[in-house]
Amino acid sequence: MSSNPNFYNPEESYSRSEIEALQLERLQATVKHCMDSPFYKERFRQAGLTPSDIRTLEDLRKIPFTTKQDLRDTYPFGMAAVPLDRCVRLHSSSGTTGNPTVILHTQKDLDEWANAVARCLWMVGCRPEDVFQNTSGYGMFTGGLGFQYGAEKIGMLTVPAAAGNTLRQIKFFTDFGTTVVHAIPSYAARLYEVMCEKGIDPRRDTRLRTLVIGAEPHSEDTRRRIENMLGVKAYNSFGMSEMCGPGVAFECPEQNGMHIWEDYYIVEIVDPDTLEPVPDGEVGELVLTTLKREAMPLLRYRTRDLTRILPGECPCGRHHIRLDRMKGRSDDMIILKGVNIFPIQIETILMQFQELASDYLITLETVDGNDVMTVDVEMKDLNIDDYGKLQALSREITRQLRDEILITPKVRLVPRNSLPKSEGKAVRVVDTRKKY
Amino acid sequence: MTVHQLSVFIENKSGALVSVLRLLKQAQIQLIASTIADTVDYGVFRIICSQPEKAYDVLRKAGVAVSLNEVFAVELDDRPGMAADAIAFFAGEGISIAYLYSFLLNGKGVLIFRTDNAGKAAEIIAAHGLRVIEEKELDQ
Repeated sequence: MSSNPNFYNPEESYSRSEIEALQLERLQATVKHCMDSPFYKERFRQAGLTPSDIRTLEDLRKIPFTTKQDLRDTYPFGMAAVPLDRCVRLHSSSGTTGNPTVILHTQKDLDEWANAVARCLWMVGCRPEDVFQNTSGYGMFTGGLGFQYGAEKIGMLTVPAAAGNTLRQIKFFTDFGTTVVHAIPSYAARLYEVMCEKGIDPRRDTRLRTLVIGAEPHSEDTRRRIENMLGVKAYNSFGMSEMCGPGVAFECPEQNGMHIWEDYYIVEIVDPDTLEPVPDGEVGELVLTTLKREAMPLLRYRTRDLTRILPGECPCGRHHIRLDRMKGRSDDMIILKGVNIFPIQIETILMQFQELASDYLITLETVDGNDVMTVDVEMKDLNIDDYGKLQALSREITRQLRDEILITPKVRLVPRNSLPKSEGKAVRVVDTRKKY
Repeated sequence: MTVHQLSVFIENKSGALVSVLRLLKQAQIQLIASTIADTVDYGVFRIICSQPEKAYDVLRKAGVAVSLNEVFAVELDDRPGMAADAIAFFAGEGISIAYLYSFLLNGKGVLIFRTDNAGKAAEIIAAHGLRVIEEKELDQ
């Protein structure tokens, strides 16, 4: 533990030069270790590279990118850099869009992962006296076990409630005195709605204080809404199974960008088309290189997540760079009539309307040969008799959306709770367009 | 001097109206007068009915977007020109009528309407001695 009681590890207080010195040392060790991976050995041979070519951090750019497709092509174990008998855990993605991907872990990988998650939770004030309830799916989904081990490492009483069964989640809140919850944003809103239906006031009837949200792109207004609903501070979490899972980047109490742990990862932001680095502070695709992974190191992995590095120093005293909230994934992008649109742009507009509830659904369909976007938005309790106000509201939403996305969507107000509810990641986009 | 009216948000999809009517039927609510404003995207179904508070609770609990409002119900003799004379009182004072519909009750005409200024409308009703229907008269 560090001398600063708010820091979990000494690395948190490192200066830029200390971070970069450590990164170079670990990058060189990682590259050397990658030569034990059949995949990387071949990659380096094809690129005419040897580990000794990596002398500075800038030399990283000589190494080819690793993609999700590479993970699929080497399924299941072709990337491993240690013998399988040294691996103790495997996580696999669902593979809905092709071959699944597999991530292997040694015991040391799991220990480091737990440490990174513990560091994140400690940063936002989680302490051994807290009760941590995890509403993530367990099993293959890394948000389950990832938070479980991190929370236990801090010494919190940890409730592996897992996904779904909303009434039971709420009963656990009240019975166990849960103080910290991990939930995706749409499910946090759902928990609040069900609490209201059951006459439970989160401020009065629970000890909830901290919410960890992630895994689903969401706007700042959505965060504030959820904070107000539940009477908590909500902190943004970023992770992905390829990088273990949660614990990659996390907001500090400033709630202004997520510190990415640069003793574990080297961060690059590149233009997804040219793959060249974008200028400082501009949005691009996040590319990560692991620095401490044993079983499956990844070099310059293209995450498909779009974000930017927030310029400037964080008042919290950590020098690990901050990522802006994810703008969506490059593969979430909607292309409508040649315009690139991210669902988060639409959500950002919608959540500024006090008259609207939290749920919405974007539908893309072909009508009479024309591709159109419909946005269904749930209303709060409005005066239905005032038809003029309802019309003015949908007109204003339409206008603001058009200004943001440059296309005029059809906006439909729908009653509260009429859109399909899910207990997993919310379905925000339905695309039934004819593909040519 | 007003009666309760339900305003129900009807999504523009088949079955939306009938599901609201079925809920009212199951609760043994009787419609006295109703009207639907039809628009491209959704309808507003306005209802004068027996036990409006109960009807409101039933619809709300079923997740229907509904509001309970107070509207004027003015009784007029059932003969030509009565509505013209009554509405002229409001027009003369610059009060706009947002919507209006009518029905017969015990051989008398009843005008249901909402204005842009309820306070002023009440004054006009009193000043001209228009007879307003009370809620309990509807339940007979």
